Amino acid sequence: MDKKILAFLLVALAVAVVLSPFASSNPDGLERVAEDKGFLERGEGKEVITAPIPDYLLPGVENERLATAAAGFVGTLVTFGLMYGVGRLMAGSKAAPQRTDPSVR
Amino acid sequence: MHIPDGFLDAKTWVTTGVLSAGTLAYALRRTRQTLQDRQVPAMGVMAAFIFAAQMVNFPIVGGTSGHLIGAVLAAVTLGPWSASIIMAVILILQSLLFQDGGLTALGANILNMGVIAVFAGYGVYRLLDRYRAFGLFAASWVSVMLAAGACAVELAVAGTIPLAVVLPAMLFWHAFIGVGEGLITAAVVEILSRSGVALSRDTVKA
Repeated sequence: MDKKILAFLLVALAVAVVLSPFASSNPDGLERVAEDKGFLERGEGKEVITAPIPDYLLPGVENERLATAAAGFVGTLVTFGLMYGVGRLMAGSKAAPQRTDPSVR
Repeated sequence: MHIPDGFLDAKTWVTTGVLSAGTLAYALRRTRQTLQDRQVPAMGVMAAFIFAAQMVNFPIVGGTSGHLIGAVLAAVTLGPWSASIIMAVILILQSLLFQDGGLTALGANILNMGVIAVFAGYGVYRLLDRYRAFGLFAASWVSVMLAAGACAVELAVAGTIPLAVVLPAMLFWHAFIGVGEGLITAAVVEILSRSGVALSRDTVKA
């Protein structure tokens, strides 16, 4: 993999692992409006699915900051992997003249 | 501004779902025609970075927080069609793995942050890109405001809250959050272009 790509991936992992545990826990813009205008409770208990890592806290990790960091690490790699996979499918699914190197060792 | 389950009604999530799915299908077709194998890692790493950055809520005024959306960042570096796909991949994973954004609201969230924010932001960027960092800042701010406005309209259409109540409130908070979006986007694009990563304007003569 390209060095710049790898460096950028490491930066992404660092943001997820090092910065995210210190993220503000204040409500975000939409949550704040939902609170102020009294429709926040409409979302309570309405989840259609139960996600494996709810609220960016990896289950089984006691310390909340560590649980967030671990969730960030997992999420960043899974996002990279899924986007990479989808991208490969897209790039590979056209009849483009692929460079095929006959001298592959 | 990830809308959770319960905030929208069936007609709203079906409508937004159809609009998002249609746009994504077209984006996939467009991207497939031009995407080269060597560009795939860049899409992966941009998605990973935006996912990570979205976890880092920054405090704004009045006990509220915001986080990067990343629509303009992705659109400016990889083009708007690729950006839509990147945003959709992030939003799908956030909903399925982290319960961030409801499954029923996925169409609305993709429409707001993966379609409206991407294309409105990219349009503003193309108009103002001669002003470099300011153009990026303005494009990012507009992308957040329009996504917030669209979110307010969806909540109103769903009958959750009247538009006259929710629209000013959403725009008020996101005017501050958009400043964070603008600063982060301008800074990251500056770092990327200094390290020799071409912007889509230079690589794709769109």
